[in-house]
Amino acid sequence: MSQKENKNRGRTFGFDTRMLHAGHIPDATTGARAVPIYQTTSYVFDSADYAAQLFDLKQYGNIYTRINNPTTAVFEERMASLEEGAGGVATASGMAAQLTTMMTLLEPGDEVVASQHLYGGTMTQFVHTFRKLGVTARFVDPNDFDAWEAAITPQTKALYGETIGNPQGSVLDIARLAALGSAHYLPVIIDNTFATPYLCRPLTHGANIVVHSATKFIGGHGNSIGGVIVESGEFDYAHYGSIADPSPSYHNLRFYDTFGHHAFLMKARVETVRDTGACLSPFNAFLMIQGLETLSMRMDRHVENAQDVASYLEQHPKVDWVAYPGLESSPYHALAAKYLPKGAGSVFSFGLRGEGGAVRAKGKTFIESLNLFSHLANVGDARSLVIHPASTTHQQLSDAELVASGIGPGMIRLSVGLETKEDLLWDLDQALHVI
Amino acid sequence: MGPGSGLACDLTLNSVLTPELKAKYQDQDTVRRVLGRTRTIAMVGLSTHRQKASFFVATYLGSHGFRVIPVHPKAKEILGEKAYPTLLDIKDPVDLVVIFRPAHEAPRYARQAVVIGAKAFWLQLRIVSEEAAQIAEAGGLTVVMDRCVKMEHGRYDGTMHFVGMNTGILTARRARRWLPS
Repeated sequence: MSQKENKNRGRTFGFDTRMLHAGHIPDATTGARAVPIYQTTSYVFDSADYAAQLFDLKQYGNIYTRINNPTTAVFEERMASLEEGAGGVATASGMAAQLTTMMTLLEPGDEVVASQHLYGGTMTQFVHTFRKLGVTARFVDPNDFDAWEAAITPQTKALYGETIGNPQGSVLDIARLAALGSAHYLPVIIDNTFATPYLCRPLTHGANIVVHSATKFIGGHGNSIGGVIVESGEFDYAHYGSIADPSPSYHNLRFYDTFGHHAFLMKARVETVRDTGACLSPFNAFLMIQGLETLSMRMDRHVENAQDVASYLEQHPKVDWVAYPGLESSPYHALAAKYLPKGAGSVFSFGLRGEGGAVRAKGKTFIESLNLFSHLANVGDARSLVIHPASTTHQQLSDAELVASGIGPGMIRLSVGLETKEDLLWDLDQALHVI
Repeated sequence: MGPGSGLACDLTLNSVLTPELKAKYQDQDTVRRVLGRTRTIAMVGLSTHRQKASFFVATYLGSHGFRVIPVHPKAKEILGEKAYPTLLDIKDPVDLVVIFRPAHEAPRYARQAVVIGAKAFWLQLRIVSEEAAQIAEAGGLTVVMDRCVKMEHGRYDGTMHFVGMNTGILTARRARRWLPS
């Protein structure tokens, strides 16, 4: 140990510094400055006794890349640092991050109360996959706190929402949900994918667990699928059965008694991810780390472009509505000012003017007339993206069903990228001119 | 991994202490100094059960070069070390006394720690006793409170990082294997 005292003791490093450095110390042997890719499945043990202790969780160490990996650990600690949590667990995708979180917390018969403004894939997972596991999700209007409260039953074990919900562009009142969770002894889980820790840090508003699809803005490059869970370590699991009770898969180990504020994270890693196999590959972890190193700069540009694109669309005669919480016309503008002071993200929806089949056809023509916006089913890429749900993901639904699902035949979703802003406005303008 | 030159963030997460008590009893330089100067640990409340937290901590510390002497009312031996019913029965010099017992028992062990000339007194996570801390301090011992000795060692040794935990350590200096000096 260095006998020099810490020169920076007590210093809390800034977000950008942590984006570049947290979780990675230059390697003792090689001095490598970049994070090395440990493309290995397994790790030799020092001794038989040490191996036994590792498998017994009495040592923290590398066992097998399905459980942990030195490259992935950098990504995990960096995300934990940026979200201001106790630690992180990386997963194969954002969907895996949610499922890992829920499988760690829940038992068959349990219930989750969730916002109904969720990513469609999440909705499907919560309804159909949960049913196979004996878990029920109840969905509520995220802004109706009486509805949240009314949906909580003795079986409820968690509350779930997204920082920014789509397609409504709704901003969740995280502190209020956290207070409700606290009053009912329920962990509050927030999907922070659309905001990233640069725009919003839900744990600092009282949420207990954050999940991400790192595929989106965290990576930013649109080349890798990945996810991550970060937990605050502040929830007292002492009376929360799945974390506090003896674990049959570890000789009746009590995770909360043994690991304290690391209990949920340890259990998620050494039980849930171990058993589901939903680990992140080290190479993808490396690519996510590359993305994180420029997160703040990219997000500043994303929100600047998105704000101007949203303002442009709002004034266009062929546009019916724009659901961007950064606009003063948004009912969520005040919540955005509180939770997203640096900008309201860059994924939002707008509606073309018109009704029924005619506007559905207009939507299709609009998409096909764009030159710079990539037509695909993703968000959070450095490039601008667009999709028209009525002619793609939701094409099997009737016009009435589309309206009922809150999408509508003329709805277009944008993920505004980092291109030159004037070029994006030019592209939208010429495509709107065609319809 | 390891702390390199050891530039660390202030670590204030996950403690029930007030900011003033955190500054006093969870100071990072103090924690590092205590761990760095310790060879022999007396662990009060070390369990004979392999799935108890104290057994995890003692196993971990044993494999990282520390000698852990159990203090247990009945056990004869734990993890290969002879156990003693009280701190006062230990004949060898003790550097650090670690407490795995309820807070209301802590002042008694603080008094014993002073009598045997231990250099530091450590109350594990969620064990808070200002009275015990004051007794130990008055006896010249360094005090750490509401921290886990395994987590803190793992933080600086780099092993806690392997399981994705936020160590709070941030440095551009090359890592050195951290061994007690």
